[in-house]
Amino acid sequence: MPTAVPLSWYLILSAILFTLGVAGFIRRRNIITVFMSIELMLNAVNLSFVTFSYEFKQVDGHIYSFFVMVVAAAEAAVGLAIILTVFKNRSTLMIDDVNSMKY
Amino acid sequence: MTPIFFLVFAAFAVFCAINLVVQTHPIASALSLIGVMGSLAVLYLQLGGEFIAAAQVIVYAGAIMVLFVFVIMLLNAGAEAPTFQVSRFVKYFGILLLFGFLLLISFLIQATLPKADGVVFGAFQGGTALDIGRKLFTSYLLPFEVTSVLILIAIVGAIVLARKEV
Repeated sequence: MPTAVPLSWYLILSAILFTLGVAGFIRRRNIITVFMSIELMLNAVNLSFVTFSYEFKQVDGHIYSFFVMVVAAAEAAVGLAIILTVFKNRSTLMIDDVNSMKY
Repeated sequence: MTPIFFLVFAAFAVFCAINLVVQTHPIASALSLIGVMGSLAVLYLQLGGEFIAAAQVIVYAGAIMVLFVFVIMLLNAGAEAPTFQVSRFVKYFGILLLFGFLLLISFLIQATLPKADGVVFGAFQGGTALDIGRKLFTSYLLPFEVTSVLILIAIVGAIVLARKEV
């Protein structure tokens, strides 16, 4: 067993998590779960940022992932308020039922 | 020791992510997402990101996921009913294609990444709150200030959207 973890393992893990987030985004029908898949994708990207920050020995990648966290917090607050409003008007959380813009 | 740590937490993160996608009840998905975030915090710590690991636990696993769980409880979201049926062939072929895609991506990352030294715990010490704060208030001052405006807008927007009479 080597004592150091290859850098590519972190990037591969990040790619796997991002792909699973995309799969959840496409496959799930519940709007809250779709939203959580987006958060999973943001987390995967953060892991890439921190990995490259380690590789280049610069702190900038950490700052980017910090900003991603801040934007994710703002997005979660507004997005969940929108979900609440949609549920109040439509009484449903399934994205297939919220389709009045389609016809 | 470091590879074993990495493998354990990476496997836990992937397991939780798969669980997030396949579970039908949103609260189970939310708990899986907390598992992913916790194991990612450990990996950040391994990469020398002390501050980011703490922020991951406090902001993501703490604040954002509590918001999610509150909304799930408030809306009394139940298990998701299957709305479309796919044939068994499509299902297994899709999983096979997903694995093939991930293998291709892994191969590309391995092939294109220049040979670098592996990650050793403690080799990068620049991720402390001191370093991040210094950088945030010098070179990243403008984005930092813009972020505060963004958060103010988000607060006002959330209050306006969640009002009684909309």
